[in-house]
Amino acid sequence: MRGAGHAVCLGTDIDTDVIIAGRYLRTKDRSIWAAHVFEDLDPALAPRLSGAVIVAGRNFGCGSSREQAAIGLKESGVVAVVAPSFARIFFRNAINIGLPLIEADPGCLDGTTVRFDLESGWVESGGKRSPVRPLSPRMLDILRAGGLVEYWKVKQ
Amino acid sequence: MSTLSERILGAPAGEYVDRKVDRAYVHDGTGVLTLEAWKRMGSRGLCDPSCLSVIFDHIVPANNSTTATLQHELREFATGSFLQFSDIGGGICHQCMSEGVVLPGEVVVGADSHSCTLGAFGAFATGVGATDMAAIWLTGETWFRVPESIGIHLDGTLTGAAEAKDVALSYVSRLGMDGGSYHALEFIGKGTRNLTMDERLVLCNLAVETGAKAGIFYADRVTTEYLARYDRSAGQQVQEPCEYVQELEIDLAGIEPLVAVPPRVDTTKPVHDLAGIPVDQVFVGTCTNGRYSDLARFARIVRGKKVAVRTIVVPASREVLGEAARTGVLADIIAAGCTIGTPGCGPCLGAHMGVLGEGEVCLSTANRNFKNRMGIGGDIYLASVATAAATALEGEITEPGVP
Ligand code: SF4
Repeated sequence: MRGAGHAVCLGTDIDTDVIIAGRYLRTKDRSIWAAHVFEDLDPALAPRLSGAVIVAGRNFGCGSSREQAAIGLKESGVVAVVAPSFARIFFRNAINIGLPLIEADPGCLDGTTVRFDLESGWVESGGKRSPVRPLSPRMLDILRAGGLVEYWKVKQ
Repeated sequence: MSTLSERILGAPAGEYVDRKVDRAYVHDGTGVLTLEAWKRMGSRGLCDPSCLSVIFDHIVPANNSTTATLQHELREFATGSFLQFSDIGGGICHQCMSEGVVLPGEVVVGADSHSCTLGAFGAFATGVGATDMAAIWLTGETWFRVPESIGIHLDGTLTGAAEAKDVALSYVSRLGMDGGSYHALEFIGKGTRNLTMDERLVLCNLAVETGAKAGIFYADRVTTEYLARYDRSAGQQVQEPCEYVQELEIDLAGIEPLVAVPPRVDTTKPVHDLAGIPVDQVFVGTCTNGRYSDLARFARIVRGKKVAVRTIVVPASREVLGEAARTGVLADIIAAGCTIGTPGCGPCLGAHMGVLGEGEVCLSTANRNFKNRMGIGGDIYLASVATAAATALEGEITEPGVP
């Protein structure tokens, strides 16, 4: 799995409440989550997410188990999220809906190009390559399928 | 020798295992997405409906017609598929599962981050998202990475006005918001014997605020006696010597009432350092502190007095509400001027009743004080029931007196 996008830098402990606020959860309309993603952190962020690779600090996605957080990021065009560590429920959710997560700490400069290759295990930011903590074979399979729904469709 | 998580999951830490799930539950929020994902997987049947629960607790009763329509669809599905279904007013999912359902040694998965609460029974209980849950509905199984464990040694007994909540805030602040990431917290040591099931549920409830996958107690006599009240029998679990990646010592006698300062659960201060901060609302309830013992404690403090600010009390379940009604606890709370909400999550998630306005301050017995969680521009201080009661009576953050 390879990909690239422009860097959007974020801090540590980004919780799922700020990714998508509780007041937007009661709907099945995915475009609503994409429209309001990060609204309480910085309303100017959402329009910059199409084609972006988010590069964040430790513990990205902590807090509530709401899958809408991962879906909102994917729907708004985020290509992947890079962080030194992720909260575990967010981690599973993102893989399950087909959003690549990259456990690495490459540093971040807003707007520069970030490239990654999950099979070979590297991420490149500002021209510098950093190693990536590998995903398990099953997680890679789920990502390649496009998410857990597609994975099970094929498997059963 | 193994940790309790390794014993239950049947493999050493670090390994990936596929495990049959003994209990799986969703609520009205995560259930909607679970049902959708399950349908997109092909709606090919349910593993074993008797192990699956749908529990309406997050926005109950529905606050508008969009919510009502989503709930209607999930309700029709749940009642038509012979799942265990708890409609509005039954209570918070974690609380309902703790009322004689979950047993020691089980693998329990909830589509909610605070599912770790149920580790209080010596079960391996953890939260997953909606799509993971849909696959569990389909297959009855899921995969886990067996976690390394952090041993939290408890010694002594709580004294003065300190509560299990203060112990929980204390370990969260010591470990930090990601200090337990991917790990299980095992609560061990002589001090565990002095903790009731309600207190163990509080300690396990906040495990996820350190990023932990699970919080877990060994089932002992306290556990089996609690379950016997529900006519459930269970064996005890004896601790074997085992390896922890980190150990934390907590002397229960040294715990004092704490407050978590917004917007982080791991930033705590002694209550007396914050005394005098005016509050607009006090909220007593949630899967952390909405049990009968909490309501009874609150009632003892406010009995015969009047609260000075708006105070919302939400029982964690119908069983809790019923018991509070029978014993007179509810009458005392109402007479003190508090507002009672439908058993469920109440204002905790900021989606309905009890939402804060811009610049308002709430002191809450919940487990999260993230920015805007209870309403845009509102600040949330987290504390124990006794601190909430003292604060409600004064209208400002107040140190609880020794009961
Ligand atoms: S009471 Fe609050 S923390 Fe507990 S399950 Fe409900 S919303 Fe979540």
